[in-house]
Amino acid sequence: MKFVDEFRAPELIGKAGEEIRRLADPNRHYRIMEVCGGHTHAIYRFGLKDLLPSNVELIHGPGCPVCVLPMGRIDDGLSLAGKPDFIFAAFGDMMRVPGTHGSPLEYKARGMDVQIVYSPADALKLARNNPEKHVMFFAIGFETTAPSTALTLMRAKAEGLPNFSVFCNHVTIIPAIRAILDSPDMRLDGFVGPGHVSTVIGCRPYDWIAKDEGKPVVVSGFEPLDILQSILMLLRQLRKGEARVENQYKRVVPWEGNRAALRALEEVFELRPYFEWRGLGFISQSALKIRASYAEWDAEQRFAVPGVRVTDPKAAQCGEVLKGVLKPVQCKLFGRECTPEQPVGALMVSSEGSCAAYYNYEHRKPVTIACAAAN
Amino acid sequence: MCLAIPGKIVELDSQNPQQALVEVIGVRRRVDLGLLQDEPPVPGDWVLIHVGFAMSKISEADAVDQIRTLTMLGEIDAAMQEVRGYGLEDEERDQSPQRLKR
Repeated sequence: MKFVDEFRAPELIGKAGEEIRRLADPNRHYRIMEVCGGHTHAIYRFGLKDLLPSNVELIHGPGCPVCVLPMGRIDDGLSLAGKPDFIFAAFGDMMRVPGTHGSPLEYKARGMDVQIVYSPADALKLARNNPEKHVMFFAIGFETTAPSTALTLMRAKAEGLPNFSVFCNHVTIIPAIRAILDSPDMRLDGFVGPGHVSTVIGCRPYDWIAKDEGKPVVVSGFEPLDILQSILMLLRQLRKGEARVENQYKRVVPWEGNRAALRALEEVFELRPYFEWRGLGFISQSALKIRASYAEWDAEQRFAVPGVRVTDPKAAQCGEVLKGVLKPVQCKLFGRECTPEQPVGALMVSSEGSCAAYYNYEHRKPVTIACAAAN
Repeated sequence: MCLAIPGKIVELDSQNPQQALVEVIGVRRRVDLGLLQDEPPVPGDWVLIHVGFAMSKISEADAVDQIRTLTMLGEIDAAMQEVRGYGLEDEERDQSPQRLKR
């Protein structure tokens, strides 16, 4: 145990750990996927794995938006960065993600106007403040972030702001979970559901995972106690042979989600027929496209975008790690060619990427892998 | 980037009802309330902020816990950098004492 002693209610954390050990059937191996990268980060940071019995294995899911973005999209977005009087604006998380010819930060070093914004609303403000330039916001994120982009586009349209556009890479979590469940090399028993995505979409969209796939889902908060309680709730269901959607994060997540946010998404976006995910390949109806009624503010409809596809560096096994088939440390490049300082793959860039989390918190400890990935 | 930052609504913008001044650990910035239009917050309410937009109302106790979580995750500096970054270099800075001294 590393950090949990310093946290609130350590006695409850200890009790949750004990209860998990009591409930886990010693004759069974449990594979539980935490979908959200924020959970992955918290699990490593708080050393929660050390509280779990060896037959309760956590598999890291695809919920890190920086990690699942294929390199081709970064190249496409950066292909516009060299245009005259053009500002490429993106969240700080994107700045060190490698494209074929460098990261956004390296483009900036070469003299292109690349700027960090902390909110899509600030990219809009950048456009207002620089009427002689075009500002393109390179948007990434799941349903947590997409409504903010949607509202920003609604404001750009209401103002008739001519020098602003969005290069939209927003993705949706449900099709990714479906793709993982359809993957033949993956066996999972249940899901720790994403916390902040669910504040927007609510808990109903997970119903099919319980009803059709027979796997329990527990939407979880981010504190150590939240995550352990969610694992406990999953084990309780599994012991009883049940599969339901439960909400452990009721203090933030309403069962129905955020209707205002959902309305904004509906107004501005439609589903793309398909979209490429790093590691998971093309997944149908898994990403958001800006509607024709907002075409003027859609960088892809407004500018010629090459639409490149780039395969990841051969030696890097980001895809297998993203799918949970390999542990980060099982990748050939992990900790050698690929480190947080010199990332080869996106999973090493973001603090929510499982490789960065593993490197920062686990790498220096002797690594024991609970179970062969093929189990 | 999917962690959210808790802040307290200090005052609503009289000219733009979609905006409010919010305080996060002593730093005041303007955030967008557009995603809470079905349950508009009032001064004194606590909200979770994500990329400059308030996304849900929470209790004060949960706000304190969330700040602790961010601190324990080693994300509090990044969170504060994000909050300080909201609004670029514009009128929000007028609210801060440093600007008034100039």
